[in-house]
Amino acid sequence: MDFSLSKKHEMARTLFREFAEKEVKPLAQEVDETEEFPRATVEKMAKAGFMGIPVPKEYGGQGCDILTYAMCVEELSKVCGTTGVIVSAHTSLCCDPILTYGTEEQKQKYLPDLAAGRKIGAFGLTEPGAGTDAQGQQTKAVLEGDEWVLNGSKIFITNGKEADVYVIIAVTGTVEKRGRKQKEISAFIVEKGTPGFTFGTKEKKMGIRGSSTYELIFTDCRIPKENILGQQGKGFGIAMHTLDGGRIGIAAQALGLGEGALERTIDYVKERKQFGRSIAQFQNTQFQLADMATKAQAAQLLVYKAAMTKDQYTKDHKTSYGVEAAMAKLYAAEMAMEVTTKAVQLHGGYGYTREYDVERMMRDAKITEIYEGTSEVQRMVISAALLK
Amino acid sequence: MKIVVCVKQVPDTKGGVKFNPDGTLDRGAMLAIMNPDDKAGLEAALRLKDQYGAEVTVVTMGLPKAEEVLREALAMGADKGILVTDRVLGGADTWATSQTLAGAIRNLEYDLIITGRQAIDGDTAQVGPQISEHLNIPVISYAQDIKIEGDSVIVQRQYDDRYHVLKAQMPCLITALAELNEPRYMTPGGIFDAYDAEITVWGRADLKDVEDSNLGLKGSPTQIARASDKVRKGAGEKVNLGVAESVDYIVDKLKVKHVI
Repeated sequence: MDFSLSKKHEMARTLFREFAEKEVKPLAQEVDETEEFPRATVEKMAKAGFMGIPVPKEYGGQGCDILTYAMCVEELSKVCGTTGVIVSAHTSLCCDPILTYGTEEQKQKYLPDLAAGRKIGAFGLTEPGAGTDAQGQQTKAVLEGDEWVLNGSKIFITNGKEADVYVIIAVTGTVEKRGRKQKEISAFIVEKGTPGFTFGTKEKKMGIRGSSTYELIFTDCRIPKENILGQQGKGFGIAMHTLDGGRIGIAAQALGLGEGALERTIDYVKERKQFGRSIAQFQNTQFQLADMATKAQAAQLLVYKAAMTKDQYTKDHKTSYGVEAAMAKLYAAEMAMEVTTKAVQLHGGYGYTREYDVERMMRDAKITEIYEGTSEVQRMVISAALLK
Repeated sequence: MKIVVCVKQVPDTKGGVKFNPDGTLDRGAMLAIMNPDDKAGLEAALRLKDQYGAEVTVVTMGLPKAEEVLREALAMGADKGILVTDRVLGGADTWATSQTLAGAIRNLEYDLIITGRQAIDGDTAQVGPQISEHLNIPVISYAQDIKIEGDSVIVQRQYDDRYHVLKAQMPCLITALAELNEPRYMTPGGIFDAYDAEITVWGRADLKDVEDSNLGLKGSPTQIARASDKVRKGAGEKVNLGVAESVDYIVDKLKVKHVI
């Protein structure tokens, strides 16, 4: 068992870290304050190839692995949780399902622009009555001639108004399973600008405030018949598979937030003096830091293992990575919340002000326990695998 | 067009300089990076490649570990990497280094050679111009802008208060300043490809038309007697005088110390 990263992964980390420090960190506070989507940063990331890291080269991507992508989200999130989730939602929730379930025509049509960052991707599953319970979908798609007609709405959509290509989950009928009627769910690709596709309210959030979180509204929105993604009726599986991958991205985001807060805290406790010495010299500070670092390290190992397991799936299309992804997200999210909270505590009153990054990081960390499956859902996924 | 770019792996001096007890640099204790002026030279070459089409070959001389900067160059968009490494080349000063690099470049076809102005570990700014001497081609140093016109290059050569516009027929050598441009980032896919790519490794035997007496420590006229970190000077002296008196005061001090 080898825990060391290859040289190319080390070099990729150097690249992501340098980019994050130089291009992302100086804007993080402003992005949070103004709640403005960092469009200029996204354009720079597009130029550097960050928007298509695991997309194969034949579709205009970088042809790298999931581990490299996870490291990118991790390093970006060390300095800015908003920037981390923009890349994560775009890559895991839009590029990945099109790559995994799309027809060759769909891949050729959408992936080159997405992977080059000329277009941004998003994913719509959650509805007012359907979050954790994905079967509660109300958005409907009805086939009329050569078009699917979509009606309904999606909420809390990351990259909402800024995206160009959306993977949307909708009900296409009913099916009988084991004598019970169930909704038949399918997935679709919807492009911005399609008549009948509009945006509702922008969410005012606690954290990741620069990410564009919107309601998507479909009113007799007609899309070509060929825009169904995967087979009709397979949408639930597509959504779950997509979320399994997305969890690795969010776990990497949580990991970065925790690591970033730890780095800031190590710097701060060496500077801050109380009772005539730096607070780093107090045993409480030392023990807190030791716990924070140990948990961040454990989270990193879980996240990298999940990423490498998904890489194995990419090669053999057999290896399951859902449990690894759930464990990584559960642990990394809870680590992020704990570490950022301790970071604020060790910063004292300053940590509660917006002058210091740890205040923002603590707010950003909370969402990682909620979106792309709450920590409770991750526990359900993990225990279901244990008890089957 | 064929462009050769010379790069050097140097210790990152941002985190401070560390020395061995014998006064030589403790390179192992410092992070290694591509020399900033060289990186600007590489970026200039890559921009010429984007604009006019070119094959960019990157050459470095150093320890086997120096292949890292070649991989970095490939990940930025260079086409080939050549590492010149051999025990007998160790301990080289600028003379022996330029002889070595010229010996390597003689094996290559080139229209343009770009080097950085100077390396942050030696700060001599001699190697680039010396290579041009060995190869008997023109050199334009301190380039802050490079354009191609037919078979010539048009370069803005930087001075403190002005710049000169110089035109030279290719093949020629240009030394680049870090201020020349903002080097591009590597791409993740470029990094993966760079690690799949083969780096050409040359030793002493591969150098063309170079005497042994011009190589390595033995071929180096420069001997470093001692090196040290910057020594903190005293706090200085503050005086409160009028302008004319201040000037007289400073001039007197400089005379006493035989500076003027």
